[in-house]
Amino acid sequence: MHAIEKLLAKKAGKATVHAGEFINCTIDIAGINDLYYQTVKSFGEMGGETVFDNKKIILFFDHYAPCATEKQADNHKKFREFAKAQGIKKLMDINEGVCHQLMADYGFSHPGEIIVITDSHTTTHGAFGAFGTGVGATDLATILVTGKLWFKVPEIIRINLIGKLQKGVYAKDVILHIIGDLKADYGVYKAIEFCGPILKDFNISERMALCNMTTELGAKTSYIQPDKITTDFLQKHGVHNYTIYHTDEDYKYTADLTYDVTNIGPQIAAPFSVDNVDNINKFAGLHVDQAYLGSCTGGRVEDFAIAAKILEGKKVHNGTRMILVPASRSVLEKCIEKKYIQTLIAAGATLATPGCAACLGIHQGLIAADEVCISSTNRNFPGRMGNLKGRIYLASPASVATAALYGEITSPQKFFERGLCS
Amino acid sequence: MKKIVQGTAFVFGNNIDTDQIYPGKFVELTEIADIKKHAMSGSEIPDLVDKFKPGDIIVGGKNFGCGSSREHAAITLKGIGTSAILAESFARIFFRNAINLGLPAITCKGIHALINSGDQISINFTSGEIKNLNTGKIAYAEPMNDYIMNILQSGGIKAMILKMQKEKKTLQTK
Ligand code: SF4
Repeated sequence: MHAIEKLLAKKAGKATVHAGEFINCTIDIAGINDLYYQTVKSFGEMGGETVFDNKKIILFFDHYAPCATEKQADNHKKFREFAKAQGIKKLMDINEGVCHQLMADYGFSHPGEIIVITDSHTTTHGAFGAFGTGVGATDLATILVTGKLWFKVPEIIRINLIGKLQKGVYAKDVILHIIGDLKADYGVYKAIEFCGPILKDFNISERMALCNMTTELGAKTSYIQPDKITTDFLQKHGVHNYTIYHTDEDYKYTADLTYDVTNIGPQIAAPFSVDNVDNINKFAGLHVDQAYLGSCTGGRVEDFAIAAKILEGKKVHNGTRMILVPASRSVLEKCIEKKYIQTLIAAGATLATPGCAACLGIHQGLIAADEVCISSTNRNFPGRMGNLKGRIYLASPASVATAALYGEITSPQKFFERGLCS
Repeated sequence: MKKIVQGTAFVFGNNIDTDQIYPGKFVELTEIADIKKHAMSGSEIPDLVDKFKPGDIIVGGKNFGCGSSREHAAITLKGIGTSAILAESFARIFFRNAINLGLPAITCKGIHALINSGDQISINFTSGEIKNLNTGKIAYAEPMNDYIMNILQSGGIKAMILKMQKEKKTLQTK
């Protein structure tokens, strides 16, 4: 069996499970974000009175933080009342940040556990060896009532990453390249595991970016076998009790792919689809109205570090605006401590509240028709960041910062070649 | 759940994402009456709600409903009275959401090429037969798993769980 199957079997109370089988699993963490007051309504409509276990439920106020409309404020208010009534202590209010980052910051993501959040990018937690998957409001309400949820055991695809990363190339470029190659529906209903020597070069932040974007392949979940990088991270975050499962040697993957990253340069996903990917040089010179650094994909300390390096002592190009959205309060605090935020603000960037901000087109940095935004986020669908005709180019944080500096899409590799960055 | 439905088809392309089905800015709405006003408003048929009649059918290509987990995407289509969604394939969360709401999401390979917007379509949920009444062409849906069929026949997962809860209570009081 695969490690994922062993994990699922354990949670379903079975000795074995196999791909295609429908199972009912106990859930270790059920997260609800503020877009889904629907969940609480459905809970009531299902006859729910007391939640299955108030210690396993986390509420995240991230998409609307802080509220931009009365309706959003009303939803938050009702959520707070629900949390109080149910004794849910883990309420991550508007000062905290994006759910997936908080799961890491607070040490809530554990290997060997099932994490279900009302957010499609819950695949992120594969970076910790957890089974993370996104659901809608009614599924989550089912968990609130019963503590369980049905799953179809997924087939598993393995992606082996080999070669040597070029300077100025990051996990975001690697995953964009893979999505461009495999296309947006390649992984529907399937799990995607990453392995190979390149993982040693990827810290938790990069691994989270990798796993986060498997959602854009349609994947149900993702997985990285926990190693020393994982366990060191967990230890630092006070996590000591967890189970690491291992895949049997004779397990047969549905597909076994290998990518040599040596020739992958910085990548761009052009409008209006995440799988519309090409080398950044193809778009070089395109004027950028907005450079957006943030989200659960590209808003971590490491991302701000590289942006600060690129913009240190310089100015964001006249005619371009740069928006900074740290993924969480803790990310913001660390970035202040290391002076990344100060450097970027001095360069002319605008700081927004940690959270989802403009990533899904609700507030704090929307774009107008025909405007171009280069973004470290994960989606470039029509209207994702405001106007339906706004054009979003997805890229790595380094490419975002470089575009902010030059006012046009530019390969960050230039920077490294000239020795301006190491 | 009705055995046979018939309605006018509205055809969309591949990778129709949830932002097209239901733009993010309307996710704050919580009442079906409000949610249904914005069905497909981010798509190439932004005025679908004016043209759509209850019982009509949505047809998609590959990966219909990809993107966010917002259940609003399924709620809005159910809200306008969609009797079924036919597609080459569905994105996972959208599929779950639709089924949970009791909205049949039917996978049928090759369906996209068989139907044009405006065609009259009939679907027999028992036999899986999908018929284009304008062209007479027939296709067969991929059979549904029992687990999923059970949810649909119960009228969605809410009704199913509510029933389970009531049964548990009566057992406890006995
Ligand atoms: S940052 Fe963007 S992708 Fe991540 S949870 Fe928020 S809206 Fe979704």
